[in-house]
Amino acid sequence: MDTNAYAADQATRGLLRFLTCGSVDDGKSTLIGRLLYDSQLIMEDQLSSLEKDSRKHGTTGEEIDLALLVDGLEAERQQGITIDVAYRFFNTPRRSFIVADTPGHEQYTRNMATGASNSDLAIILIDARKGVLTQTKRHSFICSLLGIRNIVVAVNKIDLVGFSQDVFDRIVGDYLTFATSLGFHSIVPVPISARYGDNVTTRSGNMPWYRGTTLVNYLETVDAEAEAVDRPFRFSVQWVNRPNLDFRGFSGTIGSGRIAVGDQVVVAASGKTSRVARIVTADGDLPGAGAGDAVTLTLADEIDIARGDLLCPPSQRPAVADQFAAHILWMDEEAMLPGRQYLMRIGNLWTPCSVTSIKHRIDVNTLEHQAARSIELNGIAFCNLSTAKPVPFDPYEENRSTGAFILVDRFTNRTAAAGMIAFPLRRATNIHHESNLVDKQARAALTGQKPAVLWFTGLSGSGKSTIAKLVELELNRAGRLTYILDGDNVRHGLNNDLGFTDTDRVENIRRIGEVAKLFVDAGVIVLCSFISPFRAERQMVRELVEQGEFLEIFIDTPIEECIRRDPKGLYAKAKSGAIPNFTGIDSPYEPPTAPEITLTTVGTSPEALAQDLLRQLRERGHSA
Amino acid sequence: MSTVTAAQLSPHLRRLEAESIAIIREVAASFRNPVMLYSIGKDSGVMLHLALKAFHPGKLPFPLLHVDTTWKFREMIAFRDWMAREKGLDLVVHINQEGVERGISPVASGSALHTQVMKTEGLKQALDKFGFDAAFGGARRDEEKSRAKERIFSFRGAGHAWDPRNQRPELWSLYNTRIRQEESIRVFPLSNWTEFDVWDYVLAERLPVVPLYFAKQRPVVKRSGTWIMVDDERYPLNPGEVPEMRWVRFRTLGCYPLSGAVESRAETLEEIIAEMRGARTSERQGRLIDTDEDASMEKKKREGYF
Repeated sequence: MDTNAYAADQATRGLLRFLTCGSVDDGKSTLIGRLLYDSQLIMEDQLSSLEKDSRKHGTTGEEIDLALLVDGLEAERQQGITIDVAYRFFNTPRRSFIVADTPGHEQYTRNMATGASNSDLAIILIDARKGVLTQTKRHSFICSLLGIRNIVVAVNKIDLVGFSQDVFDRIVGDYLTFATSLGFHSIVPVPISARYGDNVTTRSGNMPWYRGTTLVNYLETVDAEAEAVDRPFRFSVQWVNRPNLDFRGFSGTIGSGRIAVGDQVVVAASGKTSRVARIVTADGDLPGAGAGDAVTLTLADEIDIARGDLLCPPSQRPAVADQFAAHILWMDEEAMLPGRQYLMRIGNLWTPCSVTSIKHRIDVNTLEHQAARSIELNGIAFCNLSTAKPVPFDPYEENRSTGAFILVDRFTNRTAAAGMIAFPLRRATNIHHESNLVDKQARAALTGQKPAVLWFTGLSGSGKSTIAKLVELELNRAGRLTYILDGDNVRHGLNNDLGFTDTDRVENIRRIGEVAKLFVDAGVIVLCSFISPFRAERQMVRELVEQGEFLEIFIDTPIEECIRRDPKGLYAKAKSGAIPNFTGIDSPYEPPTAPEITLTTVGTSPEALAQDLLRQLRERGHSA
Repeated sequence: MSTVTAAQLSPHLRRLEAESIAIIREVAASFRNPVMLYSIGKDSGVMLHLALKAFHPGKLPFPLLHVDTTWKFREMIAFRDWMAREKGLDLVVHINQEGVERGISPVASGSALHTQVMKTEGLKQALDKFGFDAAFGGARRDEEKSRAKERIFSFRGAGHAWDPRNQRPELWSLYNTRIRQEESIRVFPLSNWTEFDVWDYVLAERLPVVPLYFAKQRPVVKRSGTWIMVDDERYPLNPGEVPEMRWVRFRTLGCYPLSGAVESRAETLEEIIAEMRGARTSERQGRLIDTDEDASMEKKKREGYF
């Protein structure tokens, strides 16, 4: 082909991103291997490596095992299971394709969601011998949740059921019955044999009863690209480009819609408006640009804009709220606990965020709604969330680019969840913060002290309360206004509805933190004495108050010593099984990584430790 | 420059270009001290070009790093230095001196040890020395099977180790860029490009590439069925052996004793692309380091190779 003809050919081709999903052994990898093989992307050296591998790991006897072309990692090959998401590339004369190869294994729902998040279409594989399985339903639901609207139902291994039309019709019927509630725009069923190639690229002579298209022909012609260009303009500022004083541009990728020079834009969060002065690219200025373009905008006016701000048309603004409802797919080994703080990324904005309540969990096999107090790995739930500051967004169904978010664990930095926003919650919008006439400084000035939270953390029996009480006595003698919060006065009143599960422990600390914050606001030095086993919650309390007001005091006593002391006989009970979820026995304690103060208790007295603590407080400028 | 160039890109290439630019900007906005690995090849060239585009009219907000093994083709080094001058780049060149002192070479030590010491160890040394917390690489998912599963933002623990079981799920384009001290991220802006896309882009954007990609008469000897170019006097010849002049070119570039040449008469970009469309071997076939042992790329990556 000469270059001109080739360039013309390239220009007509669009890109289609799709994913393949199915249960273990449905033949996903074989199908992708087949697509690569048929599009002649398998080179001689890869073929010879394939023949070698087929003899070593293959499951097809003397024949070439096409699945081995795509099952990449060593461990997976030996187990015969695809573990991760793999991306494959092939093209036909009419189109380029990126395939997300996603696992069917039960534990790896999160990888499927990952593949689906960037796909325009999904191929759901069904083994003709097995029909619609629980896994099939699960995968279809995840596709639907992630906003995929075009589905191909590939009934594979049709050769193993004698190319039977009855079997095919029954499976398709079952699938359509199940899928009616999932909101797909199109469902196209195709009977195939990935291993032998029937109806993949070429029509099969074995199924004269089938009058539909081949799989590849359908993929080449389907118009499945999300209509992002037709939606309102959304532009999340990614990078402020300021090479010199004369140029201030806002770089980013247009999430949806179109923009032209002269158009009015508004910063969603601040409400400030301006006009687009230039659309700058390295290839010259553009008169207009659309969804997917990476550009740099300059504005006519000097208004405050930072990374994470969302630009949009004044007439079509997104919601801006700090409370909203969303679907969450949990991806971390550590379960989601309501009240625990995570970092949320939406667009280019990062903000602390927590789930305030779980409305219901969704059983992905039956689509039933169930009550839940936490979400485990691979769980899906509909939740209310709250962010530290108002964020702009659209419902995910209306706009993938502004309705999707991820949650990140604040300590491990693992990606903990994928989220899809449903709608803003109006509750918070009517609660405005009114500033009081008397503030914290004015209250503290009366006593001449610096209000603070002294947070004592440590195992049960480590000596927290004993030391806290001695310190309070000394502070009181020095004329300081103090208060102690501990299990005795909190568990019996404010928190008497809470038990000792992880979920309840988080809520317990959240409430105590809020109370401590009010005490600090009142100008009081508040001493909190709680095991508070999780770093995340101690961090949460730290962030409730101003910098310098929270002092984490780690009462460092080895578990053996606590068991030996056992002042309340609790360890003895816990070991006998009478107290479940006991910290240090069958529930974890996460020691502080950087406490302000550490007190090591072994080999000294509580009185000496209290004096040591008071001295350290004075050194830190606290009025002790 | 004008808008003509942009119009010549196919919709497919425009989409790839925009995605890569977004990835590159993301790194500059999210990391303290990023660096772009520059290996002088066509993929590096495309990546660098995309980076220059991403920050236009500003300059690159990060330096380039070349880990030199001292066995690169001489034309590669000349091209590298020319590019750095031409584009006004902040280029850091690092050589593993310890490896040099130990006499490590692809000829004397074999490809596996040479790659381990001069490339993998050299890279880690440089990253540690300058405290880089994010490093761009030009790898593509279509190159090799274990690459197909690589993330765009690939998380590395302390010591630069890659654990294929402990990678973060990557949804939409909401990259998780958060790391702790001692941890780092490798970023692959060309993840979704294929070898064809790279050459199509080089052609459309008229990017300069190392002349070794074009066919020319070069002095070669045959080793294990592969043509190796004798680029300098260090290459050991058999007694009485005289390199023969053949029309050859290279599909990938690296250390010259480890880079196989293919026989070709393709002297222009158009001819290279036409030749590739008829090719029946994959690009990495010319790379001797991949075939050392089964799943060898995956092993190297676990150790910190790109």
